[in-house]
Amino acid sequence: MSSLVRLAIRVFALLSLCTALSPSLHSQERPYFVAYDHYLEEPGNLEIEYFSIFGTQRGGNNFHSFWTEFEYGVTAWWTTELYLDGQTTFHDSTVFTGFRWENRFRPLKHEHFINPILYVEFENKNGADKILKEGEGRDVEADFLTPNAEARQEHIREVELKLILSSTFKGWNFAQNTLAAKNLSNSPWEFGYAFGASRPLALKASAKACNFCRENFVAGVEMYGGLGDRHNFGLHETSHYFAPVLAWNLPSDWTLRISPGFGLNDNSHRFLLRWGVSREISGFGRMLGSLFGIRP
Amino acid sequence: MNKHFFLAIALAALLAVSQAAAQEKDVGPAKDDKLVYAELAKAPEKARSKHNPLENDSDSVAAGRILFARHCAECHGETAEGGKKAPSLRAAEVQNAEPGAIFWILTNGVVRRGMPVWSKLPEPQRWQLVTFLKSLGVSSASPVAPAPNQVPTALKEPSSPPR
Repeated sequence: MSSLVRLAIRVFALLSLCTALSPSLHSQERPYFVAYDHYLEEPGNLEIEYFSIFGTQRGGNNFHSFWTEFEYGVTAWWTTELYLDGQTTFHDSTVFTGFRWENRFRPLKHEHFINPILYVEFENKNGADKILKEGEGRDVEADFLTPNAEARQEHIREVELKLILSSTFKGWNFAQNTLAAKNLSNSPWEFGYAFGASRPLALKASAKACNFCRENFVAGVEMYGGLGDRHNFGLHETSHYFAPVLAWNLPSDWTLRISPGFGLNDNSHRFLLRWGVSREISGFGRMLGSLFGIRP
Repeated sequence: MNKHFFLAIALAALLAVSQAAAQEKDVGPAKDDKLVYAELAKAPEKARSKHNPLENDSDSVAAGRILFARHCAECHGETAEGGKKAPSLRAAEVQNAEPGAIFWILTNGVVRRGMPVWSKLPEPQRWQLVTFLKSLGVSSASPVAPAPNQVPTALKEPSSPPR
């Protein structure tokens, strides 16, 4: 057995063990799927997330795309995240579409009325990618008509930068993201945006532990879309979406999210149904260090 | 070419994570505790003088206990007397601090020393945490003895099962 396989088995076993035995830790997760707020992962914690999208397609087959995220809090000011993406196009095939490596940095020490976060992501994907994690450039519904066998031949390496501005006021969170993405081949910079607003259904915590208490639910809306590219900045030939969002933070460390999304113009998919499930593993860094003898 | 590119990215990631871990290691626990406590003194006068609106709320200690177990106990220990990652909250420095100063630390975190911002918790929940923390009193392990009215009964009460 190769050392790589042994390492993979050890990591898998560790993840399973951590998921089963990790101490209770309940995060107040925001419900957004596309927009980011300014809250980073707690240091040393690993959050494993699975997300899924059902999308309608005019003139072609509907699709189901999905991704798994491993989000790790390196420090209180730096969160790093690995995504593994795939999709199934109905009456076509299921394909792995690539990976992404994302980093978010908090440049300011204290909380302010508006809090900036710097976001840097590297994407290595193929042309069959359909996870619609953001709106950028002039991405439109018709781009998804290419059959998987043909689309996956296109290899895309992209760097994506975001400026995340987020504010929390009287229980409400307001987030605004501005995006600039550059395909590392000879393509122009593309731009996009996302807005989000959300609030827990109750601001005070209950005196008894409960699953269905109102404070465990966070509801809101998000809106996102493309803004063209360097040569043709603006809304022309871009797609835009509006989506109510809801998260349910369970005391057993799990978070469930759901969001029906609606295309706002003819370039957008008419309907996207997103849902996701995540679990936070507290003290993962310490456990990993112990396993490999990195830290006492 | 491709292999070299990904190898460079992987090495950069490894170096960055190692650097962050090394920085965390450089700060010893005792030194770190004092530095974290010193942050309380940095709370602005306006924040310090804030009144805890839930100070006399009958449910706040119980609600704060649940919030503490969910969000804080992992680092500060189940009895709030400190853990490997974070200092005791039953030290005199914390227990004698104004509620407004503790609320300010919860809101702003001590980001450079590993404590995240907790403004993601709505303001009433942060005050519930402050109410709970102040109910604990100074730990007997602390150099300052606890006052008779500061027995941490809040920690002894069993938590209710989920409804």
